Amino acid sequence: MIVRSLQDEGVEYIYGYPGGAALHIYDALFRQDKVKHVLVRHEQAATHMADGYARATGKAGVVLVTSGPGATNAVTGIATAFMDSIPMVVLCGQVPTTLIGEDAFQETDMMGVSRPIVKHNLSVRDPQKIPEIIKTAFYLAQSGRPGPVVVDIPKDMTTPNERYEYVYPKKIKLRSYNPPVRGHAGQIKKAVDLMLAAKRPVIYAGGGVILGRASAELTEMTRLLGFPITNTLMGIGCYPATDKQHLGWLGMHGTYEANMAMHHSDLIIAIGARFDDRVTNATEKFCPGAKIIHVDIDPASISKTVEVDVPIVGPVDSVLKDMLALIKEAKAAVDEDALSAWWRQIDEWRKVHGMRYHKDENGPIKPQEVIEALYQVTKGDAYVTSDVGQHQMFAAQYYKFDKPNRWINSGGLGTMGFGLPAAMGIKLNFPDEEVVCVTGEGSIQMNIQELSTCKQYGLPVKIVNLNNQALGMVKQWQDMNYESRHSQSYMESLPDFMKLVDAYGHVGITVKKREELIPALEKAFAMKDRLVFLDIYVDPTEHVYPMQVARGSMKDMWLSKTERV
Amino acid sequence: MRRIISVLLENEPGALSRVVGLFSQRNYNIETLTVAPTEDPTLSRLTVMTTGSDRVIEQITKQLNKLIEVVKLVDLTEGAHIERELMLIKVKATGSQRAEIKRTVDIFRGQIVDVTSTVYTVQLVGNSDKLDAFIQAIGTGCIMEVVRSGVSGIARGEKVLSL
Ligand SMILES: Cc1ncc(C[n+]2csc(CCOP(=O)(O)OP(=O)(O)O)c2C)c(N)n1
Ligand SMILES: [Mg+2]
Repeated sequence: MIVRSLQDEGVEYIYGYPGGAALHIYDALFRQDKVKHVLVRHEQAATHMADGYARATGKAGVVLVTSGPGATNAVTGIATAFMDSIPMVVLCGQVPTTLIGEDAFQETDMMGVSRPIVKHNLSVRDPQKIPEIIKTAFYLAQSGRPGPVVVDIPKDMTTPNERYEYVYPKKIKLRSYNPPVRGHAGQIKKAVDLMLAAKRPVIYAGGGVILGRASAELTEMTRLLGFPITNTLMGIGCYPATDKQHLGWLGMHGTYEANMAMHHSDLIIAIGARFDDRVTNATEKFCPGAKIIHVDIDPASISKTVEVDVPIVGPVDSVLKDMLALIKEAKAAVDEDALSAWWRQIDEWRKVHGMRYHKDENGPIKPQEVIEALYQVTKGDAYVTSDVGQHQMFAAQYYKFDKPNRWINSGGLGTMGFGLPAAMGIKLNFPDEEVVCVTGEGSIQMNIQELSTCKQYGLPVKIVNLNNQALGMVKQWQDMNYESRHSQSYMESLPDFMKLVDAYGHVGITVKKREELIPALEKAFAMKDRLVFLDIYVDPTEHVYPMQVARGSMKDMWLSKTERV
Repeated sequence: MRRIISVLLENEPGALSRVVGLFSQRNYNIETLTVAPTEDPTLSRLTVMTTGSDRVIEQITKQLNKLIEVVKLVDLTEGAHIERELMLIKVKATGSQRAEIKRTVDIFRGQIVDVTSTVYTVQLVGNSDKLDAFIQAIGTGCIMEVVRSGVSGIARGEKVLSL
């Protein structure tokens, strides 16, 4: 029943790991060939693979794990998806209903454990209801504000020799769940009036634009208005990064001009963003002169951390379409004079930092230049996943994404170990695209075992390891806040990555000199059907800048180790 | 601010734990909580008394609404409403105290629902202030046990919370 439901849902791949409580399901998988199963080496990786697929396609990724340790190993990946509103369906085996509550072998209350990190969870208590439950899981995961849904399946709900009538529902309707389908017309009108009257407007777009597939509408509206636009780390790619109206991304490690424009604006148009603390810095000092319009599908996101003036609850694509229509038919136009003065100011700000970094021709390779080289070699068109740390920030800052769904990272939870399995999930589904994982020597070791899965399924992702021989981001904070006491932020006895990669059956290239960098990248990408691990030694003392000053306003930043504005 | 939020919830296993979990997870207060099925067996009615700033209360109602099993809710304190709480209280009642306690119970329109030679068990219904006042009046010295149901509430007039 479960496998048939997955077939009818059109699922091509599921990612998982077998175990006692899931064996009936695994047997059913064996006896068909429509739904293909990818065997990972750790359940966390299964969730990140499904997640990578979901972020690249917008469709729910599907995970299958056994009860107890299988399910708890999946928890980090479920929480990762939850924080970034990623659609995912996680099927967890469970001990038979007759044993639930008895501390049976491999029993974990997965309904309880997962409750705070799922959009919803469902437990199967009647095998007849399996198709309906599976359909509900997909419906909830993919509609409204998306998110992970866990389905807990006690083993006796999947007994093979019991037979039930099978009907896969076409649609699910729940009386208690009605995601909004349109924004409020009056509010949209109010917002457009404010936009046309604004003197120092800035558009602040978030991951919701990507999840809501509204990049085209956002781009059209931004160009039509001629407003500056910035986006969050999660919104990268929602508007072309190489376009002149784009200010780069904002927040803790955002550009000087984006943070300055936000702070000094008189109107912030927030679209599919959630005023997260990594964006706003101290909320009481947040953008004192700005009125705020906020478009979001989730009413609970509105005025959660920052009070807004014009809330609009609705799907971003439909709201943007409505806004566009109003702007086009409006009699008033934008305030051109004010806008050009605003742009002159922004262009001044652009000159201040300009994402410069210091490069010593005789010194070590800088992590920033590795990303610039990667951008050049992949022509800016790769899917780039990342782990968490300095390398993540450098990748997001120096790789210019012009398309949505190409920058894949764990923004909300910040999960080290995310990058490689996410890249695998994308490569499996887009075999002809370049998929790169930018990682650090710390993060990669959190799911390094997946190199084995890559071998089994022939997943030629490219791994760019920015090896700074340290938990760089931790070290940066220790440099800045703890007088450089590097407590546990060094990794002594790093493995020999070349031998390790070789042992897993892949190609490794070490890069220590600047002149080797581009040739090594070119060589790696020329090997179309091999996984290549580039171990690139970079300056261990480098910090990520700009960096907002803790508890300051948006405009308070460090621009280098010595310049504070 | 003290608020009474009334919720219609799918009568399903686990639904209540989601509500309670939400409050602890997001650091909201629960002062009292009552829950029981309604005339429609597929629905439970849950009443939660909570405190917080307007901002927090707004978040509480929004986050509750986000739970898939929450069908509808209303903040009763936004309009005219009736609230009641039931208290069962066991007090030491010996000698001259017996008459004294009896008088207090009458003043508060309570009932003595169980008696032994040394103990009265009193039932009292009213809003929470009234129950607090009774406890004060009777004095903590003679109280042996207090059981309160938590607040239940309903809107005044025509207004109803239903599907
Ligand atoms: C699972 C997990 N544990 C701990 C952290 C905290 N943390 C954030 S960045 C970081 C250092 C990452 O080191 P590395 O992967 O080498 O990247 P670098 O910062 O050096 O580029 C740590 C430990 C985290 N984000 N995730
Ligand atoms: Mg490192």
